[in-house]
Amino acid sequence: MSDLNQALADKYKGNFLKEVIDNVEEGDRVQMCMQCGVCAGSCPMGPHWEHTPQKIFMMIRANKREAVLASDSMWMCTSCYNCIARCPRELPITHIMHGLATYAKRLNLVPKTQPTAKFAQLFWNNLSSKGRVNELKLGISLYFMNGFGEGVKTAMANQKLGLNMLKTKRMAINEAWGGHSVKDKSGFHAMLKKAAEIENDTIEANSK
Amino acid sequence: MADEIKTGAYICKGCDLGNRLNTDQLEMIATREGRVAVAKSHDFLCGAEGVKMIQDDIDSGEANRVVIAACSRRAKTDAFSFSEIPTSRVNLREGVIWVRPEDDESQETTQEMAEDYVRMGCAEIKFMATPKASEEQGTNRHVLVVGGGITGMTAAIEAARAGYQVSLVEKSDTLGGTTGQLYKRAPTRAPYADPEDTGVTELAKMLEDDDKVSIYLNSVLSSSDGAPGRFDVEISASNADGSTDAAQTISCGSIIQASGQIEYDANKLTEFSYSEAPDVITQLEMEALAKAADGGAIKRPSDGKEVQHVVFVQCAGQRSDKEGHLSYCSGHCCNTSIKQAMYLKDNAEKAAEGSSIDVQTTILFTDLRTPGAGGEDFYRSGQNKGVTFRKGTVSAVDKNGNVTFSDLILDEEDTIDADLVVLATGMIPNSGRNNEREDELSAQKTQLEAENKEVPQEVLDEIAIPVESILNLKYRQGSDLPQLVSGFNDSHFICFPYETRRTGIYAAGPTRRPMDTQQAQEDATGATMKAIQAIENAGKGMAAHPRAGDLSYPSFRKEGCTQCKRCMMECPFGAIGFDDKGFPEYNEARCRRCGTCMGACPVRVISFENYSIDSVGQQIKACDIPDEFDEKPRLLVLACENDAYPALDMAAQNRFEYSAFVRVIPVRCLGSVNTIWITDALNSGYDGVVLMGCKKGDDYQCHFVKGSEMAHTRMSKIADTLQTLNLEAERVAVHEVAITDIHRVPELINDMAKTIDEIGMSPFKF
Repeated sequence: MSDLNQALADKYKGNFLKEVIDNVEEGDRVQMCMQCGVCAGSCPMGPHWEHTPQKIFMMIRANKREAVLASDSMWMCTSCYNCIARCPRELPITHIMHGLATYAKRLNLVPKTQPTAKFAQLFWNNLSSKGRVNELKLGISLYFMNGFGEGVKTAMANQKLGLNMLKTKRMAINEAWGGHSVKDKSGFHAMLKKAAEIENDTIEANSK
Repeated sequence: MADEIKTGAYICKGCDLGNRLNTDQLEMIATREGRVAVAKSHDFLCGAEGVKMIQDDIDSGEANRVVIAACSRRAKTDAFSFSEIPTSRVNLREGVIWVRPEDDESQETTQEMAEDYVRMGCAEIKFMATPKASEEQGTNRHVLVVGGGITGMTAAIEAARAGYQVSLVEKSDTLGGTTGQLYKRAPTRAPYADPEDTGVTELAKMLEDDDKVSIYLNSVLSSSDGAPGRFDVEISASNADGSTDAAQTISCGSIIQASGQIEYDANKLTEFSYSEAPDVITQLEMEALAKAADGGAIKRPSDGKEVQHVVFVQCAGQRSDKEGHLSYCSGHCCNTSIKQAMYLKDNAEKAAEGSSIDVQTTILFTDLRTPGAGGEDFYRSGQNKGVTFRKGTVSAVDKNGNVTFSDLILDEEDTIDADLVVLATGMIPNSGRNNEREDELSAQKTQLEAENKEVPQEVLDEIAIPVESILNLKYRQGSDLPQLVSGFNDSHFICFPYETRRTGIYAAGPTRRPMDTQQAQEDATGATMKAIQAIENAGKGMAAHPRAGDLSYPSFRKEGCTQCKRCMMECPFGAIGFDDKGFPEYNEARCRRCGTCMGACPVRVISFENYSIDSVGQQIKACDIPDEFDEKPRLLVLACENDAYPALDMAAQNRFEYSAFVRVIPVRCLGSVNTIWITDALNSGYDGVVLMGCKKGDDYQCHFVKGSEMAHTRMSKIADTLQTLNLEAERVAVHEVAITDIHRVPELINDMAKTIDEIGMSPFKF
């Protein structure tokens, strides 16, 4: 358990709902859930994850801190926005799910083998380096996510697809060398740094 | 009015009646068989010209009663309203042409149907007279309100503002009742976000300042008697030392019973440790804590510590089938718990600006019910303030405030350690003595004793429970308003919520059904309007609901009466007493004109001016009964005019066809159906009889409460009659029909036609 995690757990002892309200993006909306279950019924990933949004919200109110933050549930969200569109209380459920995922990641509580969490990290690394998504590199890093051997196997299996994409100019091979970037790269990095600082400071302050 | 009966029969040819039916033939039937003085037809009878034609005949003295053969008696009532003149309506439109196919094949039977209805109308009119008010009493514009809680106070102020004198009787030494004990109440106005003041103090002040209102504190009704328009009431006051003053007698026109509710005894809930743990309290006790704190931090009773985590247990001993629990929902407790959680949240917010979650409040519910226009908004406001809602069933609360429950969303057991536990225990109506139950118990006891058997302890226990009467009515039918289920005062739930079975006495507030303060105030206003209507109607000799405005009332032929008292027993409204010789004594103002007494009378001596054994019996006999070989059976339908008859009319509007062999007669209530009508019908060759009335039982829809039930009981005994006539039991059917059963009523008729087809025609055709 990280120090920050321990500190926050101690600080909000017995009131995980307040911890979520204070630290999770849109977390203050969790208390407005009326437990109708429409989100759970609307989720296309419903059968595949441990807890539906309805249950996650209930678990937050029931002080199940570890169970919520270590859950793979919010990582399974595909951002289809069905739940937001249908929620009678108009809760930003998708955003709350991502907010919870981010918070769990910050506290280092993400399940180690969770593939979407890995992908999310790869995506972030890819995006944050130049401010643009480098699709070629993202694809390659995804192939080799689980080691070199498996990466080669996946690449071989998709050989034909790759060639066709090259032919139809759906894949730019020159992206492999450097790739394109935002105009003001240093400004972009400064912005990200500042945002991270604000976020860290807030949560740091909340933990004391 | 001239003594000689001169009937005018008027046949309408409008609405396609002229095309579908041979109206000349109908005129001839009216003249030859109906023996009317005048028979005319008109192309558009309900138009100004048609009505004038009728009015001219009345004015010139050619007709002193009219038969109108046109549409249903429920249509065009304004056009065909000839005051002082008995009027019979023959239903040729909804009753004949609209329920029959328009083809040559059906023409003959359709015409026969119309002819029979004309015969029936002409027969009925001979036995109708115009009802007149008896002038039995005057108008007493004085309303008595029993109970000084929010319901009673609202009723009193509403009546006073409408210009009526009010006497308000309250048992305790202050006005306010249960609402007066509250710190605040759930909001009654938009945006429904925060608890609001109860308004009790202002209301009490208004009443004290109003010179139309007399307030009697520390007082009860020691006696009440009379009828709408002339109740005599004795008010007894008790002094602080326990002595009582001499009773004051006042007279009033109507009574509103707003005796409220009492809190369920939480000591019965041993699983929640209520009697052992000081920090397990009821909602009313929570109100007292909030009142004491008055906006400051709420302190728990045991050690005065400021509470940090409060758990509200919903449905404590309610909505449960366990022994000793309440089976019903008390309607206000969810909103009350949200309100009380807000007391805590709002206080905490004041204390720690900005953060609203310093006091944790958890509401444990199984089904959250927040009735009223603002209920959902109030719930949302509670969530917004940080009240936690968890769906779960509480199994136990221990002495230390550990609440064990099973979470119904997460499907697991959980325990919350609370500083203070508030139980939502619900309400019990304060509705007086249950006379019916008392009679039942004492009859049971008497019978067992007579048989030298031991009386079970639970019967003795129940008899021993003392219940105070609210009204102390001196009616032969008992001291209090009858009760229906769970001790609530009976009232027609769907149609006439304030109308009890004692005319002129209206029930309002939680004595009638569980409710919150806002609903109680609405209830009080409604009951006041009914109480005012009762006074005004009684003054004119008119009936109260549902035959409001009816001037007819039952009388009996004394020389025929056998003093059997069945009319008194069966009257649902306690309108009939009896004199020293045992003859019935009618109390016109209490009577609701349903005719249940007429249906009950075994010697058939009871009648109304315009509705009697003869007015229906002669219609039955007026029908033409074809002989057995014609293969045209005849079915009689006696349909309750409140629901079944409108349902038949609506079926006709939808052109749902039914058998042409049926003849429908509307009755005031199935309770007014005398078995003689059935016997006569079967004797004179009808093949089947169908009775259609309202739903009976605990969730009755009968407009006269017991009428339909009586009819069912009487008809269950008709089998004997059928047997003596050597007829099949299937020839008589009784159905419960709702006004919405428009598809079903034609089916019921056709079913009987089919049954007759199978079992064959009646042998009684002459």
